[in-house]
Amino acid sequence: MTKSQATENEILYDEENSQYLTFELAGEDYGVDILRVQEIRGWDVVTRIPNAPPYVKGVLNLRGAIVPIFDLRERFDLPCHEYTKDTVVIVLRINSSGGMRIMGVIVDAVSDVLNAGSDGLTNAPDFGSRIATEFIAGLVSAGDKMVMLLDVDKLLSDDQSPESELAAAS
Amino acid sequence: MTIDMAQFHQVFFDESFEGLDVMESGLLEMDPGSADPEQINSIFRAAHSIKGGSGTFGFTDIADFTHVMETLLDEMRDGRRQVTTEGVNVLLASVDVLREMLTATSEGAELNPERVKVQKADLDRLLAGGDAPSTAESAGSEDEIAPSAGDERAGWHIVFQPHSHMMRTGNDSLRLLRELESLGDLTVTVDTESLPPLSDLEPEDSYLSWDMTLTGDVSQDQINDIFDWVEDDCDLSISSLSSEPAASPVAAETRSESEQQTVAIDVPATAAQSEAASGEAKKSASSSGASSIRVDISKIDALINMVGELVITQSMLSMLGEDFDISQIERLREGLAQLERHTREMQESVMQIRMLPISFTFSRFPRLVHDLSTKMGKQIELKMTGEATEVDKTVIEKIGDPLVHLVRNSLDHGIELPEDRVAAGKSEVGTVELNASHRGGNIIIEIKDDGKGLNKEVLLKKAIEKGVVSPDAVLSDQQIYELIFGAGFSTAETVSDVSGRGVGMDVVRRNINELGGSIEIQSEVGVGSSFVIRLPLTLAILDGQTVSIGSEMYIVPLVSIIESIQIKQDMVNMLAGKGETFKLREEYLPIVRLHEVLGVKDAKAKEINEGLLVVVEGEGRRCGLFVDDLLGQQQVVIKSLEANYKKIDGLSGATILGDGSVALILDIPGLIRMAGNSPTDYDTGIRKTA
Repeated sequence: MTKSQATENEILYDEENSQYLTFELAGEDYGVDILRVQEIRGWDVVTRIPNAPPYVKGVLNLRGAIVPIFDLRERFDLPCHEYTKDTVVIVLRINSSGGMRIMGVIVDAVSDVLNAGSDGLTNAPDFGSRIATEFIAGLVSAGDKMVMLLDVDKLLSDDQSPESELAAAS
Repeated sequence: MTIDMAQFHQVFFDESFEGLDVMESGLLEMDPGSADPEQINSIFRAAHSIKGGSGTFGFTDIADFTHVMETLLDEMRDGRRQVTTEGVNVLLASVDVLREMLTATSEGAELNPERVKVQKADLDRLLAGGDAPSTAESAGSEDEIAPSAGDERAGWHIVFQPHSHMMRTGNDSLRLLRELESLGDLTVTVDTESLPPLSDLEPEDSYLSWDMTLTGDVSQDQINDIFDWVEDDCDLSISSLSSEPAASPVAAETRSESEQQTVAIDVPATAAQSEAASGEAKKSASSSGASSIRVDISKIDALINMVGELVITQSMLSMLGEDFDISQIERLREGLAQLERHTREMQESVMQIRMLPISFTFSRFPRLVHDLSTKMGKQIELKMTGEATEVDKTVIEKIGDPLVHLVRNSLDHGIELPEDRVAAGKSEVGTVELNASHRGGNIIIEIKDDGKGLNKEVLLKKAIEKGVVSPDAVLSDQQIYELIFGAGFSTAETVSDVSGRGVGMDVVRRNINELGGSIEIQSEVGVGSSFVIRLPLTLAILDGQTVSIGSEMYIVPLVSIIESIQIKQDMVNMLAGKGETFKLREEYLPIVRLHEVLGVKDAKAKEINEGLLVVVEGEGRRCGLFVDDLLGQQQVVIKSLEANYKKIDGLSGATILGDGSVALILDIPGLIRMAGNSPTDYDTGIRKTA
């Protein structure tokens, strides 16, 4: 018991080997730092926020906290599809200028936990302005698949100041 | 091993500000001449702990400054020094400077060292004056506070140049000269150089200036006292005769220098700036203070008791659940009722923790009234009742500035000058009352004065002049009073540094509305006016009316609802072919179709007779919100949307309903603004979401 706990801790706090939660989105594989994941929950009906961007599906009651839910497909301009029983919400903790925030992202399905050493990480290739790579922190290969690692802090932060996004684009 | 001292800074600042409040109220209550030693002692202790704390944390500037104050207080405590009005005033000013120093230090901001230097010089001067108490005391009580420079009792050289408008402020140069003469031998030389030819002479302007020599046993403060009323309206320089040839002493020099500076610049402007600056400083101080709260230990004990009860109920219920059969249904009901009661009680005790007595806000007013009434030459008595009324901490923080503004207004515009009061058959002492009380689920704060009241004709004339109201409009009394909340609306004939610039009342109302409250005015010409502020007991819970629009539910705060009605299509009038209005008892109100503003696609009621109009009021504007149906009324706990997302126009927050789903709370003033000001804004909003 104590021994298995010890090994678990070793894995978690190993500086060289970070762990990533990977999930699917329109057939593509994405990953987020597992330490940023608060919980994974099934898709639930949300309360729509008036006049919000379409990728903001609404807000949810998460044990007393009002948490916004984003649809990652729509955030990345991927084709939308119906929510199924596999559709899950990953609740993430993100850092923003206003302190720690909690938000949920809707993904097609959760796949796996991936161990990746920092040496396996590569930067996302520059596509110019054709493809938005601003949310991609890096790429990592898992077997024959390529996993895109997301910079979770940018998911909400950029949305908060569309002016700065415009400024960055121009 | 080193300890990070920074973690204790906040505690130090909190305690120091508390100490300053103690000093200030103590000084205000102190009776010159016969001060209670215990009172001086408590002031001394407060100064001492600030000094000790600042020394520990390495804020040497503050420690040095407090040290001088402490020395002075120590002498007063031991009876080695008389307590004089002058002494109290210098100490009060020093408390202000100390507060600024602390505020600046806590924010890591730059401090104006000049001010500290001047104030410290003032203190030193007082101290030095008492160095030879035996002679000073025998010479007379007032002379004790003669400046160190004033050891030479030979006399003073005074150059007095009134500004041309001085006489319009009601000051007479001749009277000042007569008063000077009463102090000692006065030699006066008049300068008539700027006197224009008789044809160009403005009878109300003052063109003369005087060069005077006053000999005799006179202190500089006695001279300053005479010129107190006019110091902003003249150029004045006072120098000691004997010290003139030699270099002037430091204290006198810095003092006159600072005087020159204020005179050189346009006076109202500098006053306004410094006022704004100190206001800002106060604000940021209070916002930084938001991090911690001091709670009465009895409140915590009550809460712990409640938690104990809750745990017992919970274990009782879980035991019941282990082998439950239908025969025990009665016990289950009982247990659930108990649970409900305990939950409610616990909710109340948790709310209690956030509650502070309103005396935290009221405590600054004795000083404010003291300073302003002296400045304006009015005699004003401040009566405060209900200081123990407990209010939510957030309310305490946000209500301070509006209250200050209202009290200033009462002092400046409300209360008349003593002679006018006597002429009107009133006592020459004006009264300003501050009352706080609980009434129902609200807190009522009343600011009442027995001054001249609001003049409806003047208000209306001004509003028509400014084009706020059309000349043939018929307004009720309340509507006329409402006008003073308009931005840039000031009825003060002259702009003073106290009030009259027309910024403020709109801000006052905005602040109060932000707290979910309202403000009402009652006034009678010649008798006085009263401003009644109504605030919700807590900001965390509000009474809401649930309305449905399509499949969505929204909460409308009950305080803003006037009534709900159903109207027919033919009661609707179009304004310029776009804006819908309807007539409600002689008033045309705009209709806000909520499903359009909020972009609800499945709204059931499209035609006006299919749904309901909820008539609401926000910031003095009314409108009818068009909704599908009214559901029910309930208390809702307000949750912030900003905590995890961002501010949404037209929404003030969210809440969690009984079934765990989220409902959004409408921000009525915000909605009225959105719908009224720029209808295109929400049109594009819909297009974006569609």
